[in-house]
Amino acid sequence: MNAAPLLEVNHLQLETRQSAKRVVDDIGFAVMRGEIVGIVGESGSGKSMTARAVMRLEPPAIQRTAGRILFDGQDVIEMPPKKLRQMRGAKVGMVFQEPMTSLNPSMTIGRQLDEGLALHSDYTAARRRELTLQMLTRIGIQDPEKSLTAYPHHFSGGMRQRIMLAAVMLVRPALLIADEPTTALDAIVQRDVLELMVELTREQQTAVLLISHDLPMVARYTDKIIVMERGRIVEQGPTADIIATPKHPYTRKLLSSLPSRGPARNIDRGVTPVVQAKDIVVDYPGRGGLFRKNQDVRALHGIDLEIHPREVLALVGGSGSGKTTLGWTIAGLLRKTSGQLAFDGEPIDRANSAWQRYRHDCQMVFQDPYSSLDPRMTVRKLLQESLRTVPNMNDRARNQRIDQVLEEVGLPAQEYADRYPNALSGGQRQRIAIARAVSRRPKFVIADEPVSALDVTVRAQILSLFSELQKHYGFSCLFISHDLAVVEQVADRVAVMQRGRIVEQGSRDAIFDAPKHAYTRELLSAIPLLEITPTGGVKTRWRFQADHLRHEDGIMSDEPDCQNVAY
Amino acid sequence: MKFNANTNLLVGSLLCGTILVAALLGAFWTPFDPMTPDFAHRLHAPDTTYWLGTDEFGRDTFSRILYGATTSVGISFMTVLIAMVAGTMLGLIAGYMRGWVDRLMMCFTDALLAFPGMLLALGLLAVVGANKYGIVVALGIAYLPSVLRLVRGTVLPLREREFVHASRIMGNSEMFILFRHILPNCFGPMMVLATSMFGWVLLAESSLSFLGLGVPPPAPTWGNMLAGSRPFMMQAGWLGIFPGLCISMTLLGINLLGDALQDKLDPYSKGK
Repeated sequence: MNAAPLLEVNHLQLETRQSAKRVVDDIGFAVMRGEIVGIVGESGSGKSMTARAVMRLEPPAIQRTAGRILFDGQDVIEMPPKKLRQMRGAKVGMVFQEPMTSLNPSMTIGRQLDEGLALHSDYTAARRRELTLQMLTRIGIQDPEKSLTAYPHHFSGGMRQRIMLAAVMLVRPALLIADEPTTALDAIVQRDVLELMVELTREQQTAVLLISHDLPMVARYTDKIIVMERGRIVEQGPTADIIATPKHPYTRKLLSSLPSRGPARNIDRGVTPVVQAKDIVVDYPGRGGLFRKNQDVRALHGIDLEIHPREVLALVGGSGSGKTTLGWTIAGLLRKTSGQLAFDGEPIDRANSAWQRYRHDCQMVFQDPYSSLDPRMTVRKLLQESLRTVPNMNDRARNQRIDQVLEEVGLPAQEYADRYPNALSGGQRQRIAIARAVSRRPKFVIADEPVSALDVTVRAQILSLFSELQKHYGFSCLFISHDLAVVEQVADRVAVMQRGRIVEQGSRDAIFDAPKHAYTRELLSAIPLLEITPTGGVKTRWRFQADHLRHEDGIMSDEPDCQNVAY
Repeated sequence: MKFNANTNLLVGSLLCGTILVAALLGAFWTPFDPMTPDFAHRLHAPDTTYWLGTDEFGRDTFSRILYGATTSVGISFMTVLIAMVAGTMLGLIAGYMRGWVDRLMMCFTDALLAFPGMLLALGLLAVVGANKYGIVVALGIAYLPSVLRLVRGTVLPLREREFVHASRIMGNSEMFILFRHILPNCFGPMMVLATSMFGWVLLAESSLSFLGLGVPPPAPTWGNMLAGSRPFMMQAGWLGIFPGLCISMTLLGINLLGDALQDKLDPYSKGK
């Protein structure tokens, strides 16, 4: 092992070409051989730019104005193009966030894996094929021979990310840069891919620069953490120290923004439920051929659900589990194939009068605040629209109510009412979306991943605002989320969904502390926890040891197409 | 000078403004009567009396251009209006309702688009008759499919946006959603299409007149003035140059204005 660092960044400064805005401001850090270093920060912190600059892959609008980047003692910036190409791929590999777009859809897996190896090694074709097959076996692909001639769309997101990882690691680089490698994946798949990445890089003594917004995840896998805020490094050091004794206020803010469990609330479950779903079935029309009968795809298989007054019921599950379908069906945005919905004990149907009341009393907060607000309407107009259908409300009362509700979400009307959505940040937009949902004082709110698109610190603020408003207005809530940590903070009760069925339902504490169904345990085991030790420090731990569980119950990941499917 | 959106807007509106003023002026006043022949002053070169010269019948070119502007701009305006209103309505319905309505309309537009616009207009003119209103109807139908396609294409992604669902959750009717959320979000691309279409129609109208299928003489349009100038190209170049200049300047102005509008109407740059 070499004592000199593998990668050394000194006083690096990046600016936008047009307005000379600092994107990265005087940062310096080092990565030793075989070391796993995490860069943590929120969007706009410059973490991705830093990683790209190491490969000299910064976008053309960005230029380096000062600083040096040394890779293996050589200045990356001074490198002639030919040497730079040799460094990229052969010595430094990169894995991107989006597994759906980072593999070429028109090339077979075999050719994509071979590409790097052929370019950066002197092996014969036969030897390369042998190495490729070895690597495919190593990353857990069933039937590697066959997958050599398969195309990326034959594989699920998690599998594609594994293949991407395999393609990079085949060349045995000295440094792997992973930019949010698992952000687009489900929790369980994320854990599997990361474990694989750590194993592979440990085996080959490859250093890793792991870029992520997810502090517990980074803390779980790295030796060293670099915390970035607005282009600057605010704190760096060994992971254990950063987590246990954060010195910079921003690091402390990041840590305290992590969701935590509050005391359980007392919900009276003896009364009539606000919303009751019975045996809900939803089929999506399948595509049939000219002479083939349409094969419907069943998205929900008979769901039973009850939400009581003032209760927050969380719906959790991986992607494709049907949780959003269920939420939208209950909201009336999707038609159910069969089953009954009741509101306040009255059965509702599109045609009857109870439906009108339900339309008025049920509101929704959507995931993407950039898409849920009409870009052509000001904040006041957006809220007016929500109050438009309220009976017996004149313009004055409406505007008063708007001012009041804007105040409640922390955006005073004088300043914000006349703005257009694009003059607001993501967090502010979500506040408007929440204000819009509660402005009519609904009895029931459906929140579909309301904080998933937000940064960690903003997420904490929006979550506490949401909880506060929920207590204040006392509405019942169906809270849909894939993020168990968030659910643990807000939910009274939890329903776990898998493949269109609710597999387990119970109080929050019961689900989180004593899960009964194997899938719930699998889900819970996939998220690392940061917890306070008796000595006052903080450490990461898994909630459950997943490995032995998995062998016992023989569970595979939630993704139905996780393994190679149809060729 | 750097060419940016503001320069485009300035030059574009200046040119379009001049044409509009000319068209309005031509409707009420011209220096000489644009229709009455004056054989004493045939093919008079431009001077202080006849600013842009006279034609083979001694009619003042400047007056005819002013009067022609009224006809040409009027026809273009009416055509664009018809195509835009009808196309937008049908496009909204097709894009928002989908299903068989959409499929039927798409078949219809595909069939229309299969003909070159000019040929279609010629065929329609043969049916409805070669006069002012015939041109408006023929060109309106010929250009309707592109509006329909554009509006439908804009509506398709819009109807899946979350603010549409949000509005539905608030209990608003589909009609309300269509006119309050979907239509206003189509305005940007619609305005851009409308401006460039104005240019195409102006050109098409001129071409039809040039071919002798447009407004019948003696009423002048820029196109039939251009056509009439051909035999006298060598002796009286001004007869062709000035109407041609008017057509090209109008097109330039409209295109610049269209580009500038595209930038200004983008909702994502609003409020910043």
